[in-house]
Amino acid sequence: MEITYLEAIRQALWEEMDRDDQVFMLGQDIGVYGGAFKVTKGFLEKFGPERVIDTPLSESAIVGAAIGAALMGMRPVVEMQFADFISCAFDQVVNMAAKQHYRLGEPVPLVIRAPYGGGIHAGPYHSQSPEAWFFHVAGLKLVAPSTPRDAKGLLKAAIRDPNPVIYFEHKYLYRHMKGEVADGDDLVPIGKAEVKRPGSSVSVITYGAMVQQSLGAAERLMPEGIDLEVVDLRTLQPLDMATILASVEKTGRAMVVHEAPKTGGIGGDIAARLAEEAFRYLDAPILRVAAPHTPFPFSPVLEEAYLPNADKIALKARELANF
Amino acid sequence: MRVGSRQDATAHYSAVERFPRYTMNIEIIMPQMGESVAEGTVVTWLKKVGQRVAKDEPLVAITTDKVDVEIPSPGAGVVSKILVHEGRAAPVGAVLAYISELAVAEEASAGSPIAAMSDITQAMPAVSSPGPRPEAWYSPSVLHLAEEHGVDLSQVRGTGSEGRVTRKDILDFIGKEPSVTPASPRGGPQPSGPAVEDQIIPISHLRRTIAENMVRSKQTAPHVTQIHEVDVTKIAGYREANKEAFFERTGINLTFLPFVVKATVDALQAHPLLNASYADEGIVVRKAVNIGLAVALEDGLIVPVLRDADKKNFLTLAKESAHLAARAREKRLNPEEVQKGTFTVNNLGAFGALIGTPIIVQPQVGILGFGRVVKRPVVIDDTIAIRSMAYLCLSYDHRLIDGAYAGAFLNRVQANLEGFDVSIVE
Repeated sequence: MEITYLEAIRQALWEEMDRDDQVFMLGQDIGVYGGAFKVTKGFLEKFGPERVIDTPLSESAIVGAAIGAALMGMRPVVEMQFADFISCAFDQVVNMAAKQHYRLGEPVPLVIRAPYGGGIHAGPYHSQSPEAWFFHVAGLKLVAPSTPRDAKGLLKAAIRDPNPVIYFEHKYLYRHMKGEVADGDDLVPIGKAEVKRPGSSVSVITYGAMVQQSLGAAERLMPEGIDLEVVDLRTLQPLDMATILASVEKTGRAMVVHEAPKTGGIGGDIAARLAEEAFRYLDAPILRVAAPHTPFPFSPVLEEAYLPNADKIALKARELANF
Repeated sequence: MRVGSRQDATAHYSAVERFPRYTMNIEIIMPQMGESVAEGTVVTWLKKVGQRVAKDEPLVAITTDKVDVEIPSPGAGVVSKILVHEGRAAPVGAVLAYISELAVAEEASAGSPIAAMSDITQAMPAVSSPGPRPEAWYSPSVLHLAEEHGVDLSQVRGTGSEGRVTRKDILDFIGKEPSVTPASPRGGPQPSGPAVEDQIIPISHLRRTIAENMVRSKQTAPHVTQIHEVDVTKIAGYREANKEAFFERTGINLTFLPFVVKATVDALQAHPLLNASYADEGIVVRKAVNIGLAVALEDGLIVPVLRDADKKNFLTLAKESAHLAARAREKRLNPEEVQKGTFTVNNLGAFGALIGTPIIVQPQVGILGFGRVVKRPVVIDDTIAIRSMAYLCLSYDHRLIDGAYAGAFLNRVQANLEGFDVSIVE
């Protein structure tokens, strides 16, 4: 049956809570109110206030408490109301969660759900894609699913992983993206990218909401004889370089697409690794399609200008294919 | 061997800056004028360098294989630099010119503004890299392949940007070359240069586009053409009796075409796989029934699209097809009038053909040709009768459609035409 991306996340949480009583959730308004996006509606009634905890408005305290619980063997799942506010918990994530295993030899099986991304007319504090801040930090795993199946399978895998995982769930996809999911445990392994569309002209390396846009660009370019290969990273850290390299070795042309700003973005790191590891296969410069280096705008018109989309991706991909 | 060192390749690599950037100026960009249009040709600059232009005032006339349009200026200012000359083609998204809001026109001082215009290929290095442009450079991938296969790169014809040798060029070259010996006269037909008395006609943009589309379609889809004979005596009789009244009432000639379109639409609804596309992710069955109509032009042909043909009655189909054909001949079609076709009908008979094997319009899967209607002796119930006959010629993509399915479709079109009932035209 087809379900929404949001429903897939809800199912993963519900099934993991049901499966393992060490799993519990904490966050702002996730209990009585059911979460800002209603992902956790009905959880309080089913699992009770000890496993569905409404917290004070302090991201640092929430993550700190979750790290403590994880060190004691629990499996906490934190909901950041918006990924934008994760900066308030930066020290806990970067200096505590990421490093305790290296300092103490103890695992920190923590999941932070981070609703991120734009396209929802929500302005500069509710639209950002902050994955690059954490991409730089050793000791964290980062995932960013693009489909309901991946959303469910990756969240389950994240909850069962012994490391701290930041789970970037895209707000635009919540209700815009529907798809099939398997019943029960259909885990998507962390660290494995997936070729969502095989092609021969250009490798488009992307993730999150940009996967659909890249597939749209591929559709647009098909009549011109330009055949895009769309590689959905799914996991950002650790990167699945084997899949990326196999694709670029085949096409000889690569572009990275993400909606986070280009400057200091993950695309730059992927481009650098391709230059280091696939130089002899490259037949054209590596291009990046990403947001400009400016704060996320509020005006819907500016937001459209700011975010990459199928048209912008097609334009650059055509340039690359014809290079 | 003309293989540069790796260091050379890296140096050229970093110097690749595709377009000059004038952040203070307004860029005039080659617009996207249809989903499959990749480039356009500048016909006329309505404003020259140094001339003022108001916002929304027509600035440049562009032609593509599909439409001619005048592009309005996105802002007010002075045309400061023209990068793409009249008669030159540029890809969608390329900068054609700059408009400066400052009154200083970059090249106005250089005497004749026409003489001062520079070609885009000359303008690029002047802005993006100070040094002279090397005559050839090779990407890492091309260098690697050349080394691996011992290819003399000077023998490889480049099809990439500015004539660059792409990886595909070298792979094609390796595929063709039976050994590593340099190119030498081989057996088989040799391309011969033009003799002195031969005439050379430049290939128009339209002609080139048609050529590319035809080659691509034949390479993409394994074509099969299947032919049915159809008896259109009833329609011919109706047409003969009513064509004058029809012309008086509507101002258009009553042709066989709308009858064929109507019969085809019904058959497509019964056989939807012919109203579809073959894609990697699966067979895309189109919900809309948009019929392309091949129209001959003086210097080529074009296929305007009759949208939502399944929702239109006979009179509307007749009027719109006549209207589209007229606009096509005047080259006045809008971009959306040549897009999103799901199946094409081709009136082969217009130029006398009885039978044809049409080429599919990609990414569609079928095209129906309708031959000239002629009176022929036909055996009916063991007697010979004089009937108005024509051939229905369906070319289809054999990746998706098989003979049985195509036959069922043609039977339906044939039955619709032979069983013509006056009620469909009223």
